[in-house]
Amino acid sequence: MLKDEDRIFKNLYNDLGWDINSAITRGDWMQTKDLISKGKDWIIKEIKDSELRGRGGAGFPTGLKLSFAPKEVGSRPHYLVINADESEPGTCKDRDILRFEPQKLIEGCLITSYAINAHICYIYIRGEYIREGQRLQEAIKQAYEKNLLGKNACGSGWDLDVYLHYGAGAYICGEETALLESLEGKKGLPRLKPPFPAHVGLYGCPTIVNNVETIAVVPTILKKGAKWFASLGKPKNTGTKIFCISGNVNNPCNVEEEMGIPLKDLIEKHAGGVVGGWENLQAVIPGGSSMPLLPKNICETITMDFDSLIKVKSGLGTAGIIVINKDQDIIKCMARIAKFYKHESCGQCTPCREGCGWMWRMLERMAEGEATYKEIDLLYDVTKQIEGHTICAFGEGAAWPVQGLLRHFRKEIEKRSHEEPLIKKKSNIPYLIDQHLLEKDSA
Amino acid sequence: MSIKKISKIQPESFEFSKDNLQEVENEIKKYPKNRKASAVLALLCLVQRQHDNWIPLAAIKYVAKLLDIPYIQVYEVSTFYSMFNLSPVGKYFVQVCTTTPCMIRGANKIVGVCKKYIAKNQNELSENKICSWIEVECLGACVNAPMMQINQDYFEDLDENKTEEIIQKLLEDKLPTPGSAKNRKNTAPEKGKTTLLQVKNA
Repeated sequence: MLKDEDRIFKNLYNDLGWDINSAITRGDWMQTKDLISKGKDWIIKEIKDSELRGRGGAGFPTGLKLSFAPKEVGSRPHYLVINADESEPGTCKDRDILRFEPQKLIEGCLITSYAINAHICYIYIRGEYIREGQRLQEAIKQAYEKNLLGKNACGSGWDLDVYLHYGAGAYICGEETALLESLEGKKGLPRLKPPFPAHVGLYGCPTIVNNVETIAVVPTILKKGAKWFASLGKPKNTGTKIFCISGNVNNPCNVEEEMGIPLKDLIEKHAGGVVGGWENLQAVIPGGSSMPLLPKNICETITMDFDSLIKVKSGLGTAGIIVINKDQDIIKCMARIAKFYKHESCGQCTPCREGCGWMWRMLERMAEGEATYKEIDLLYDVTKQIEGHTICAFGEGAAWPVQGLLRHFRKEIEKRSHEEPLIKKKSNIPYLIDQHLLEKDSA
Repeated sequence: MSIKKISKIQPESFEFSKDNLQEVENEIKKYPKNRKASAVLALLCLVQRQHDNWIPLAAIKYVAKLLDIPYIQVYEVSTFYSMFNLSPVGKYFVQVCTTTPCMIRGANKIVGVCKKYIAKNQNELSENKICSWIEVECLGACVNAPMMQINQDYFEDLDENKTEEIIQKLLEDKLPTPGSAKNRKNTAPEKGKTTLLQVKNA
């Protein structure tokens, strides 16, 4: 288990106070000026050496991402955008950082902005987090009062302004280009890539978009050294990570742990075990709702890091662990997730807009035992037609959980299904009417 | 789902209050001079806060004028984002999260309580016209499931009895204290911390 002194977020549960003075006594804003004086190349090299991977879900190497920003500022200004639009079901880690460790984030903003030549930083926070936003705004105000932001921020000679921008309840705005569209005051429809935001981003200017947790760990990495960070976890999957353990566990909680910790340890040691004992475990969704679930036999030995989870055809994602025990109807759980994606699809690409609805309705039928055997393969076919045929990764996020269900719980669905298509009973309905419109609650 | 049907009853005009106009100026200042449109989400949120949690058409026109952008752009934004209501909702707007992590910890029971005490259907006003409820997608407090949001505050770690108490208070036109119903400390494990046992402000 990780030692307490190696944990980055010491105030995760707000035992020590969130205000700037408490944060400074915890070591925030110490040596910030010295770190910045070491230069942009040193900062980016140090982050590269630490092998930090983005904490927002995709796990892209952060140092590499920062190095994509143009080296010289041309006619267009550079921007840093922080993605605090945390909406992935099962994930609530950024909320704690925004509430209880805001200075870590703000300090990270200054260092990263300097490294990518940005003078303006926007924090895009989800609209529902009104209280968290107010807290962050207060923290930003405190930082301005101490001259840690603004002109000659923290005595570093770098000018930086940080602004808060509220979203308004759209999951898709967590996708970086949709987030930029939303920041420009439009609907959050993802953009085609390339060009990548690092060259053409917010207002057509070079923009780097990063997750809250990624930026918040940067100051600590630079202070304690890339070697320290790389010594934690596994090679290529280094450092610490906040895990959110929810669902059927005795003590659901957020906890910061080393990457590569066994899933069983997380559940048993920190979350107080599965409700009804380990034997009562049915499945675990390891990385927020977009990642395929894992059945119990894989959960016994799996370690929580990007590469091990990819090997079992799942992913670490945002590390939002949803534990489902045998008291739950697994098909219903996944049908609810499919409904989430149906609700949140932005509607830009046809496969996703239509397919998400199809998947939800088929899964609802399967949960009720009204589906035919044929539909199971049809459902798999639908997921395959969504995956990879959309502008953004939302399509994959919607299709993978259903594929995971079919991969591991196909027998469960088959048990409930019939051979006869039930639609025959409704033969008096004219052919041209969409069958699904006749079902209640469908839209 | 939030109501995207435009209300038939519409006020004739809408204007920001003096305080909110100041707020509008602050919002617009955040963005480059020729990029005023960026403030549209913030302005629509302000409208909702001033206008009993919903946005009338007059306000959409007003915001468009204020920001020098086409009416349709504000209109499409207000229909795209799920936090904007285009028909009246209660003064106390209860949003119950029913996505999987909350669902498996009993969100459906919370919905049952809402049905019993507020109104049978979503988006329907309670008998005394001050409260309405709605099912929403993940609100990002999964570790404290089941939970609901009332206006700006999160109510976490709920069960049927606690929800009943909260809703009774709402119906009496009082706002109950937000936070965990089990008096749990934020997202720490309920039965004692397993990490950060001896940390102090150094």
